[in-house]
Amino acid sequence: MKTRKLLAAPYIVWMCIFTVIPLGIVVYYAFTDSITGALTLSNITGIASYTGIFLKSIWLALISCAICLIIGFPTAHFIATRPKESTQKLLYMLIMLPMCISFLLRTLAWVALLDDTGIINNAIRLLGMKPLPLVRNNGAVVLGMVYNYLPYMILPLYSVIVKIDHRLVEAAEDLGANHGQVFRHVILPLSVPGIISGFTMVFVPAVSTFYISQKLGSSGTTLIGDVIESQFKTAYNPNLGAAMSLVLMIMVFACVAIMNRFSDGEAEVIM
Amino acid sequence: MSKELIRLSNVTMAFDGDVVLDDLNLYFNDKEFLTLLGPSGCGKTTTLRIVGGFLVPTSGDVYFDGVRINDVPPHKRKINTVFQKYALFPHLDVYENVAFGLRIAKVPEDEIDERVTEMLEIVSLRGFENRKITTLSGGQQQRVAIARALVNRPRVLLLDEPLGALDMRLRKDMQSELKRIQQAMGITFIYVTHDQEEALAMSDTVVVMNEGVIQQIGTPEDIYNEPKNAFVADFIGESNIVDGIMRSDKVVEIFGRKFDCLDAGFAPDEDVDVVIRPEDVDIVPFREGQLTGIVTDVTFKGMQYDIIVDFKGFKWLIQTTDYCAVGSKIGIKIDPDGFHVMKKSKYSGLYGDYSSYSEEYEELSDPDADVGGEESSDDKEVAEDENA
Amino acid sequence: MKRLNRFITIIVLIFLYVPMIVLAVASFNTGSDIAIWEGFTLHQYAELFRDANLLRLLLNSLIISVLASLIATMLGTMASLGIFSMRSRMRRLVMTVTDIPMTNPEIVTGVSLALLFAFAGTFLKIKSILGFFTLLIAHVTFNLPYVILSVMPKLAQMDGDLRDAAMDLGCTPRQAFFKVLIHEIMPGIISGALMSFTMSLDDFVISYFVSGSGFITLPVEIYSYTKKPLQPKIYALFTLLFIVILLVMVAMNLLQMKDAKKRVQARRAFRGRTGRAGV
Repeated sequence: MKTRKLLAAPYIVWMCIFTVIPLGIVVYYAFTDSITGALTLSNITGIASYTGIFLKSIWLALISCAICLIIGFPTAHFIATRPKESTQKLLYMLIMLPMCISFLLRTLAWVALLDDTGIINNAIRLLGMKPLPLVRNNGAVVLGMVYNYLPYMILPLYSVIVKIDHRLVEAAEDLGANHGQVFRHVILPLSVPGIISGFTMVFVPAVSTFYISQKLGSSGTTLIGDVIESQFKTAYNPNLGAAMSLVLMIMVFACVAIMNRFSDGEAEVIM
Repeated sequence: MSKELIRLSNVTMAFDGDVVLDDLNLYFNDKEFLTLLGPSGCGKTTTLRIVGGFLVPTSGDVYFDGVRINDVPPHKRKINTVFQKYALFPHLDVYENVAFGLRIAKVPEDEIDERVTEMLEIVSLRGFENRKITTLSGGQQQRVAIARALVNRPRVLLLDEPLGALDMRLRKDMQSELKRIQQAMGITFIYVTHDQEEALAMSDTVVVMNEGVIQQIGTPEDIYNEPKNAFVADFIGESNIVDGIMRSDKVVEIFGRKFDCLDAGFAPDEDVDVVIRPEDVDIVPFREGQLTGIVTDVTFKGMQYDIIVDFKGFKWLIQTTDYCAVGSKIGIKIDPDGFHVMKKSKYSGLYGDYSSYSEEYEELSDPDADVGGEESSDDKEVAEDENA
Repeated sequence: MKRLNRFITIIVLIFLYVPMIVLAVASFNTGSDIAIWEGFTLHQYAELFRDANLLRLLLNSLIISVLASLIATMLGTMASLGIFSMRSRMRRLVMTVTDIPMTNPEIVTGVSLALLFAFAGTFLKIKSILGFFTLLIAHVTFNLPYVILSVMPKLAQMDGDLRDAAMDLGCTPRQAFFKVLIHEIMPGIISGALMSFTMSLDDFVISYFVSGSGFITLPVEIYSYTKKPLQPKIYALFTLLFIVILLVMVAMNLLQMKDAKKRVQARRAFRGRTGRAGV
């Protein structure tokens, strides 16, 4: 018994050195001065001037989550209710497949589509109309987020919906519920765990992204990720960057914890 | 026959502070068929796993042939096990499952072939050599599990509720089959079950356990006829258990009336538990009865009627071949050998009352009451199907 | 409602595949501007195979992905066995740590590892510590949870008595693992390894923070094109990669379907027999 537990020892050591300790270092940097190395709160208070960027990141990530949910749910439901298993598998694969290609390139492809001299605007010009400002705005950033993270919403939703016992739907219909009521009172509540995991799986990368906003946004759409990246790569103030990472991480973990609490409660209600 | 082979002395087992076995002392003789019997959670499987080497007792010692084997791992013990849900290797066919232990022991190929073939013959599975485990029925898997264990020629075979997953008829067949195999091989079988009928039908010795403590050890006849306390009396067969006072040797008083009995050796006027088996009660006309009561319930059982009779508010189960209508007043007569007197124990007053007749009776007579494990495994299979 | 769902699904699929089609078409374009079609050519593919630099970057990516997924699979499988035999409290603690890299934003993981390496660099007095090994360590770190989360459920599904049965029949713990247990958890190990490999191959964010100029991977290089125009042969490379991945997935699906069919047949045979026994 003892020796079996020892099998986990290399892993535990690895995770301590490369996960737990680095987070400790982040905390250390966040509370020390970049030049003198003395303990300070100035990094944390310095974040205050970026409040707008934080709020904007959260806001855009939330909008992306909502759009992903609105178009992801019907898609997941459609796939999960295909009668043939092979059809389900095929559709599932089609949703997954784009994720295998570098998201950098796929984002660049969107730039090619949306740019002022891009494919869509070229087509519009051919029709003799005025080109539209499709890129370098909030809308384009949200589009990039939805495009990149939509599969993360569909996949957990699919795996929850496909497990819903079809007899429950029949039972609800038998008890007089119409399609809308079946959806509202049976399918939706039973999908809550999937909605929650999909939501967190989209929200976390969306709120912390830095590439999408650089390519599809403008200087007005700078997000937290961009600021953190620049602190490490160009402005070189890792202490401020660490402080922002810390805040971002705490925010994400708090969000996940709240979501989990929410889903635990739901699970009990279902049971 | 009576040579001692395994001894557990002062064995205590605790998981996270929960005491599962409490200072157990027990020995197993060579070539005997011994059954550990008790309700789920009584510690019988834990005892078996300690003998098999899968658990090391928290305190106490295990001896095999006089040698302490506490720290000997399972693969070094001359003991093999038939697991509850068989634990056959799904990636191997029938032949390779049976040959597994021999291959590990590096037995020469021709001897492996000979022994596996012989063993498959014994369990009537010749011709199934190349079948996948998943294509076998429960009964066939059961036989493979037995063959896989016995082919290693162990001194002791441990069987953990091996018939639990089989249906009623197959169970009965396998019971006599197991007894036959045990006698043919001439080795010790230690058998764990919660089914008292199974235990009585197969065993040389029955050990009744509850809450990690041995309640009684004896032959099936002893256990049935001379239960030591209310728990054993109730767990083995049906029993009416009433409060009594031992007025003197061979005289017991129940319901304020003295009866002749065969028990002796109690203090004068000692409070005792009195067991009366339902089949030991004779129904007589109302006037001739030693006690009289009103029939409140009748169930036809094929061989006999089970009737519930109300004696001054205390309900008894009586088994009789004579039909009595509900509501009729009857008298009963009990011969002196129909009484069994027991000392008071912590189980007094907990068992042997048929006032809540239907629930308790049904529960006890249902041999499948403890199939929770099997059901959950079915669920898992369904879930896997859905994933596929 | 059904028709609406179908409509949305079709729109979603078009939405997902439009950029891929744009990339694929661009790889056959004579001109270098992705937005203007000038004519069909296979020139970019020829260019691709002549570009030693690009092929080296691809090789770098493959080396890191293969090594990282192999190490993570081995460490993770061992760890799963260990974690599985732990008491619930200890197990919960370890699983919480396992969850950290899964939940943490990639940028935070990248930043924290970069700081660790910088720290180690000054401590060990190595000037440019960022390179092959830091990249490998980072990839193993974010792959490990995927392996554990795909192996652990297989261990939980497995009949817990199988290990005991093997030991009972004379196996040492090591033999029990290699002769019995590994067959049962193999699907989990394989899917963990595959997931690790694809995660590694595609990773940009973490690699970006922990790689130095000495050893970079393809995605990091593509990012550095942000300021200069992308070379069209990159489109050719990714069109090829897409086709390879597509073929691998189709092959895997076919294999799985064959396996499932076999299982169904086995079950049918089993039911037939018990049915007869019951009569």
